[in-house]
Amino acid sequence: MTGRIHSVESFSAVDGPGTRFVVFFQGCPMRCLYCHNPDTWRPDGGRKVTAEDILSEYDAVKEFMHNGGITCTGGEPCLQIGFLTELFEKAKSKGINTCLDTSGITFKPNDTAAFDRLIKSTDLVMLDIKHIDPEKHKKITGHDNKGILAFAEYLSDNGIPVWIRHVVVPDLTDDEESLYKLGHFLARIKTLKALDVLPYHTLGRHKYEELGMEYPLGDTPQMSKEGALRARDIIMRGLKDELRERLKK
Amino acid sequence: MERNWFDEEWKGFKPGRWSSTSVNLRDFIQKNFTPYDGDESFLAGPTEATTKLWEQVTELSRQEREAGGVLDMDTKIVSTITSHAAGYLDKDLEKIVGFQTDKPFKRSLQPFGGLRMAQAACKQYGYEVDPEIVKIFTEYRKTHNQGVFDAYTPEMKLARHAAILTGLPDAYGRGRIIGDYRRVALYGVDYLIMDKKDQLDNSLVRMTSKNIRLREELAEQIRALGELKKLGEIYGCDISRPAKNAQEAIQWLYFGYLAAVKEQNGAAMSLGRTSTFIDIYIQRDIANGVLTEEQAQELVDHFIMKLRLVKFARTPEYNSLFSGDPTWVTESIGGVSIDGVPMVTKTSFRYLNTLNNLGPAPEPNMTVLWSVKLPANFKKFCARMSIRTSAIQYENDDLMRVTHGDDYAVACCVSSMVVGKEMQFFGARANLAKCLLYAINGGVDERLGVQVGPKYRPVDGEYLDFDDVMEKYDDMMEWLAGLYVNTLNVIHFMHDKYSYERLQMALHDRDVKRYFATGIAGLSVVADSLSAIKYAKVKPVRKDIEIKDKAGNVIDVARNVVVDYIVEGDFPKYGNNDDRVDKLAVDIVKRFMNKIRKHHTYRDGVPTMSILTITSNVVYGKKTGSTPDGRKIGVPLAPGANPMHGRDTHGAASSLSSVAKLPFRHAQDGISNTFSIIPGALGKDDEMFVGDIDIASIAEDLNNGN
Repeated sequence: MTGRIHSVESFSAVDGPGTRFVVFFQGCPMRCLYCHNPDTWRPDGGRKVTAEDILSEYDAVKEFMHNGGITCTGGEPCLQIGFLTELFEKAKSKGINTCLDTSGITFKPNDTAAFDRLIKSTDLVMLDIKHIDPEKHKKITGHDNKGILAFAEYLSDNGIPVWIRHVVVPDLTDDEESLYKLGHFLARIKTLKALDVLPYHTLGRHKYEELGMEYPLGDTPQMSKEGALRARDIIMRGLKDELRERLKK
Repeated sequence: MERNWFDEEWKGFKPGRWSSTSVNLRDFIQKNFTPYDGDESFLAGPTEATTKLWEQVTELSRQEREAGGVLDMDTKIVSTITSHAAGYLDKDLEKIVGFQTDKPFKRSLQPFGGLRMAQAACKQYGYEVDPEIVKIFTEYRKTHNQGVFDAYTPEMKLARHAAILTGLPDAYGRGRIIGDYRRVALYGVDYLIMDKKDQLDNSLVRMTSKNIRLREELAEQIRALGELKKLGEIYGCDISRPAKNAQEAIQWLYFGYLAAVKEQNGAAMSLGRTSTFIDIYIQRDIANGVLTEEQAQELVDHFIMKLRLVKFARTPEYNSLFSGDPTWVTESIGGVSIDGVPMVTKTSFRYLNTLNNLGPAPEPNMTVLWSVKLPANFKKFCARMSIRTSAIQYENDDLMRVTHGDDYAVACCVSSMVVGKEMQFFGARANLAKCLLYAINGGVDERLGVQVGPKYRPVDGEYLDFDDVMEKYDDMMEWLAGLYVNTLNVIHFMHDKYSYERLQMALHDRDVKRYFATGIAGLSVVADSLSAIKYAKVKPVRKDIEIKDKAGNVIDVARNVVVDYIVEGDFPKYGNNDDRVDKLAVDIVKRFMNKIRKHHTYRDGVPTMSILTITSNVVYGKKTGSTPDGRKIGVPLAPGANPMHGRDTHGAASSLSSVAKLPFRHAQDGISNTFSIIPGALGKDDEMFVGDIDIASIAEDLNNGN
């Protein structure tokens, strides 16, 4: 089986635990306003590779991987779930740690067969929840978040460790109420291991210019570190308050 | 065991061969150093005196910048070990004293390497060398530079002019020699003089050129040590005896180094490996209750401050070649002993802590000898300091220890040598990218149109053929290697004759191993060019070039010179861990080194090669025509063994893996890779990233009322 990938990054310290080999999948159904990889959107771009190709590239740099492994991101890796599953299964058979960075957008609660197989060879899922509110989520990404939240619970139910990622964009995803509610929701994920709050940056802007596209967020400023810390605190407060509520019951 | 030579100063030290048999710094260190695997929490900040002195330095630096780069210069006094009276920033505050001249920021006059360079440096900043000095160094006393040009062949001069051989130390001091300055502290100068006299007494008396030279050099070394003692006296210190405490140890050691920089304006005047040595003294003083942590840090801060203020008079060309005014006061820190014990001490931390106390600076060039076996706490500290200051260089101790043991140091940026036992003849570099162009053009220079290399048959045809180019390239490298080694033979013969490093060599054993260093520039351009020729299609573009004389008149026309290349299709590029091209790079390194090895070297120097242009790559690029990889004329070559800028598209590990394939045994003088990464890419911000969440335990905490 072949898959389409945009590129690989042979050394990353920010895409999961340890140092990792990162595969950027080609193709994504989401159109997040602040996406910094718009060049991965088109499903017909990129280069065709087999799982073996990727694993041999991994082998060539495995000395650099400490407590890490392979991370698949994109694009949306789950668009090519068959290829992704094959890659993870082959990686696991070689003892390589596997991490999936996904938006969860392709997950359908009433048809989980493909995911049932995928998660058997997935060590960690980094799930990016763009917004807790369905309407606002739709405004940001073009889709509602029902399937995504269901995916989070599905992972919890199946005992798959989860890191939640949340990008904080000024005036878009940083209102207190939504952040607090996000925290509430996270209390339901029993397998939650980390919360990764990412301050919005504009490093992807030049790619839009190169692709001849208009930058959707215009002059929205980057999120400050203080702003990100504030968001983190609100989410964690929501999480703890919800847990407290549950304990009372 | 025999009696210790110095009981008083060495009280508390564990004796050994170093104390009763021979000058042996390694033995002293191994028997006495205290490994430290803790963290940096013990470190002290700057004292009031340190802050005050550093403010003064900052102010002087500002004045120097405003004055156009130089605050003051000597034009009358030729710098020698004892040429100047004492100079101070603030005598009462300085714990470590000594400047190159009688005041800080005043640059000394050093004409022995070359009078013209000294004159040009002065002129640039509005000074003029005293006519009397000019007369002396023109009529009575020959310089290294004059000697070299007396012996150069026309071919050597032409290769130098065309810059296929470049950066040669033929008009300035070669540097790269590390005196074992620690010896001054451990033994005192009198003992070292006695030892050298003994060496002279026991040297061969059959008067061959070689033996005569050795005897003369030893006599010079003894004289230099005598002057070193006088330098101590100028600053009110009796350094004839060993140092008896930490302050004296650092001061004595610094006098050794200061004498070297007063005598030589070398391209790299490196310090050696002193932190663990100094630590033994600090450790002893602290144990004896006569030194506090604050005082220990103050000594180190003041020492490092002095090293930051080493300055030379240099020309704008020199500065543009090195992208600044580097002194390469390299200090090697850490590493692991041959029996596997990390040699990190508290003073290794203290040295790096100067980057906090005095702020970041490129000099001294703090170089961590990195091993997987270094203590985790030290590794973390280094990483934090790198993120904070970008001022630490790393070198692979696990690789170099195999060749040099555990008392080597790095000169300049990558040249490794055992301190006091090995030295090197610095040889700048040959431009292999240009050599490839010569192969294609049959020895005609692609910029000047002049026949520089041998008149071999140039390539013909519409497209370049890999086998044809490779064969011609091999021939051209054969020529270049021979010319290069012979040019260096002239240079080092003359440097020894007219600008001998008497003080630095006095702090070496008598019988040293001499490395004959060569270097190459343009490796990644060559690898990518050969790859383009092999895996894509490369079409040469030919043009006539007008050859001009110095006045700019056209005196001839070179016909059909290849001056540009059209690359059709894609090809594998060095820096992506792709063997198809990486093997070409490895092959070139090995091939050129083996050609170097075929030639006679001055004083039986052991030939080595480096791949290390860290800054000069910009200038070299200006002098290199367009290349078959698509690089245009004038575009900088990549620094050292780096991939060409922007061509490594698979991330750090792939880029580093390509570099790591280069064989150290064929590039033993060092392989450098300049690597930038934004700190944010090295790991998550601890504050924003909440790791180790465990819902069950949070719930439990909450349940317990937290």
